[in-house]
Amino acid sequence: MASAVTTTSRGQGRGRAGWVWALPPVAVLAVVLLYPLALVVQQSVTPDEGSTSLTPYADVFASESFRSALGTTVWLAVGSTVGCLVLGFALALVIAFVPFPGGKAVAKFIDVFLSFPSFLITLALLFIYGTVGMANGVWTDATGASEGPFHFLTTPWGVLLAEITYFTPFVMRPLLAAFSQLDTAQLEVASSLGARPARIVRKVILPEALPALAAGGSLVLVMCLNEFGIVLFTGAKDVTTLPMLVYGKAILESDYPAACVVAVVNIALSVGLYTLYRTVSRRVGA
Amino acid sequence: MTGAAAGPAASGIRFDRVSVAYGGNTVLDRLDLTVEPGEVMALLGPSGSGKTTALRAVAGFVRPASGRVYLGDRDVTDLPPHRRGIGMVVQQYALFPHMRVRDNVAFGLKARKVYKTETATRVADALELVGMSAYATRYPRELSGGQQQRVAIARALAVRPGVLLLDEPLSALDAQLRSGMLAELARLHRELPDVSILYVTHDQVEALTLADRIAVIDQARLQDCGTPQELYRSPRTEFTASFVGNANLLPVTVGSGTVAFAGRDLELFTTDATAGATATLCVRPHLVGLGDGPNALTGTVTEVQWRGSTHRLYVDIGGHRVKADLRELREPPALGQKVTLHFAPEDAVLLPAVDQSAPEAVTATGGAHG
Repeated sequence: MASAVTTTSRGQGRGRAGWVWALPPVAVLAVVLLYPLALVVQQSVTPDEGSTSLTPYADVFASESFRSALGTTVWLAVGSTVGCLVLGFALALVIAFVPFPGGKAVAKFIDVFLSFPSFLITLALLFIYGTVGMANGVWTDATGASEGPFHFLTTPWGVLLAEITYFTPFVMRPLLAAFSQLDTAQLEVASSLGARPARIVRKVILPEALPALAAGGSLVLVMCLNEFGIVLFTGAKDVTTLPMLVYGKAILESDYPAACVVAVVNIALSVGLYTLYRTVSRRVGA
Repeated sequence: MTGAAAGPAASGIRFDRVSVAYGGNTVLDRLDLTVEPGEVMALLGPSGSGKTTALRAVAGFVRPASGRVYLGDRDVTDLPPHRRGIGMVVQQYALFPHMRVRDNVAFGLKARKVYKTETATRVADALELVGMSAYATRYPRELSGGQQQRVAIARALAVRPGVLLLDEPLSALDAQLRSGMLAELARLHRELPDVSILYVTHDQVEALTLADRIAVIDQARLQDCGTPQELYRSPRTEFTASFVGNANLLPVTVGSGTVAFAGRDLELFTTDATAGATATLCVRPHLVGLGDGPNALTGTVTEVQWRGSTHRLYVDIGGHRVKADLRELREPPALGQKVTLHFAPEDAVLLPAVDQSAPEAVTATGGAHG
């Protein structure tokens, strides 16, 4: 009994000590992240008059520009994610299972690529496909035409290409990690049992890569929803996403309540998708 | 759904001077070996000897630098693995973790587009053969190592291969399970007498227990080939004598009708070597007796090991370490004690001293020793 009492009091002491240690990081988190977030939410329900109201939400939701930006944001994010998943899976397959000279260097480059800023990729694409880029230059030199045929970079397709180019390595990284864990004997046995390569990919590799695909895909989806730099750098005037709308409302129009409403919607979308990802991945045991 | 590949595949394997090299390093050197239809051939050798490479050459996972591989009468050297019609079981089983047991077993049948109804029947048959019918809906992670092994075997047998490749299939199991699975494999082979089995192992007990013939491989070369009894009783090389049964190998000089060892003349039955030549005398430790007898040798005990039912003595005789496995002794000799060992002339084999730098190539076809 005495030992039980001692154990309990020790446990309580440890619990109290734990709280003490947890307080500083929680406090820092609250000041640095949660407080500004709370201010954004507060501003979104505080119209210019100063009273608390949901009018900013009603106004923003009723506006065509918001609905268009929401639609553009979602389709670009979903399109980019699908593109990244398909391209990332194919590239990771080749790097992991098709031996070629420099394969390891390419795999290492993927890690480096992840540290690049998004605008850098967009800038590189501008050099290639921009109005005065290499591709158009080659075309005009070759044909004598006054301008080249490549003008898609300032359209949603250009944004899509830039996002797929930039975010594909974010899918490849977890996939390569998953492939490195895959028992290659499974692939050999599958082959000895009569399965062709396509069937092995479909029936053996893909199912085992699903958790990694889900992890990479949801990360890319959330990042695409919040992407600002790529859309800005492509110079696509007609492509307005939610982050661009926040920028426009806050900086160009000084409409802070509306900007905060759009920001809150953007946050809700991201958090909602993240929650969905966690729920799904828990169910599939990822 | 054609079911075209559902029939039994060609049985028997033939290696025709197969060499495999990785970056200039030869890992299998001119292997000539024939596994007859329905025969169990064990490839026995230490790690890195080339035995798994030989199996992988049959499976199609390594391409020979030279030579041809035949399954039955068919040259499969240039065929991809999925067109060879083999069954394969590997060390860690390699079950597909996301599939249930029945789907694992059905994998090869579906890949070969066997009719659905026939697939179901054959999956049930294969699982029954290995005693795993009750586990059809389980996932591999819900099975023990031995059960996973059975499923892996069922998966390989469901496609009715003419050739079954087993790559160290029991090495991941504990000793007790291994013994049980050996008996299971022997039973399976009795039930499937037409299937040729190539069994890669470094465990001599597995090879001796299961194989019709054993091919001993070392340093990328076939060293010896014969029935377990032949290899055990009259090995051709020192390596075989040492690797199969851990024999005593004593350097001797051949005399007229006898051999000289440590200043003593020993009588043997096999003394066809030239008088005056050096040779190696091979005596199994369990055929060495303690006390006086024919071919008695006296030496000093350097180590005594109690092994439950036996004692192993290490005795220094003329600077050579001789091993003797004796039924458990009531009063084992002490270290440093002088003891006399003996062996019968018919229990010793005389091996020619072979130049190890250029071992003679061994060609092994059905039934022939060496």
